[in-house]
Amino acid sequence: MVDSVFLALSVITIGAAIVALEVRSLIYGSIALMIALSGVAGFFLLLDAPFVAMFQLSVYVGSIAVLILFTVMLVRRELIFNKVEDKRRRYAGIGLMLALMLGIGTIIIGSGLKSMDTNSPMIDYKKIGEDFLTYYSPALIVMALILASSITGAMTLARREDVIDDQRAD
Amino acid sequence: MTNALIDFILVSVALLAIGIYGMAVKRNAIRMLFGIEMIINSANLNLVAFSRYIPNSQGQTLALFSIAIAAAEVAVGLALIIVAYRMYRNIDIADFRSLKG
Repeated sequence: MVDSVFLALSVITIGAAIVALEVRSLIYGSIALMIALSGVAGFFLLLDAPFVAMFQLSVYVGSIAVLILFTVMLVRRELIFNKVEDKRRRYAGIGLMLALMLGIGTIIIGSGLKSMDTNSPMIDYKKIGEDFLTYYSPALIVMALILASSITGAMTLARREDVIDDQRAD
Repeated sequence: MTNALIDFILVSVALLAIGIYGMAVKRNAIRMLFGIEMIINSANLNLVAFSRYIPNSQGQTLALFSIAIAAAEVAVGLALIIVAYRMYRNIDIADFRSLKG
């Protein structure tokens, strides 16, 4: 049995995800994406994973959504509201979406996962922190290097001088 | 726990399907990025749900790594979109066909 909190969260998350893709303005779209990502953080709280939930809130809602909002503000005004798409492609996409939902959904409902339930106590997040600093510490260092290099790469890409020269030429 | 594992998995499947729909149909580069975000989030939801019900803490650890890598991916993706926007004055994917050099 599902409880009302779970139902409300799933309606908010999936509804906001659809709104993020379908609303005309990209600004409202990114705000809807923010709501959908917060809904996923709510699921993490329901799953007794407060550490992952707070990480999700700070990384996704705090940084990624704000980054997307700034990028949206950088592009021209008429592009934000512009919505070009093929009608037939759109119907095919909706068909693909429903087929995926029904197909994977029936496979999962038919599998043995249905009987899986737990009464075990929640995972202590102190153990996760301990794992990060002991067993996973090389991976943590590699992840930090990847983050640093990707952010350096993003900054170099975003301020390439020759691209600006191209733009002046035309 | 009143919620079973399968409920979370079904929500994750719905998010995955919506993300694939966005990737397949939308021509706006930023909206395609929204689709990618939804797919990554459905994967993370799956990881955390299984880690709760098995129970094992490694799923949560993997989800944390995945969230951090997704942040890096979005930063690079948005920088690429900005470069392409400067070159073409547009963020329509159909206009990016000749992205060379």
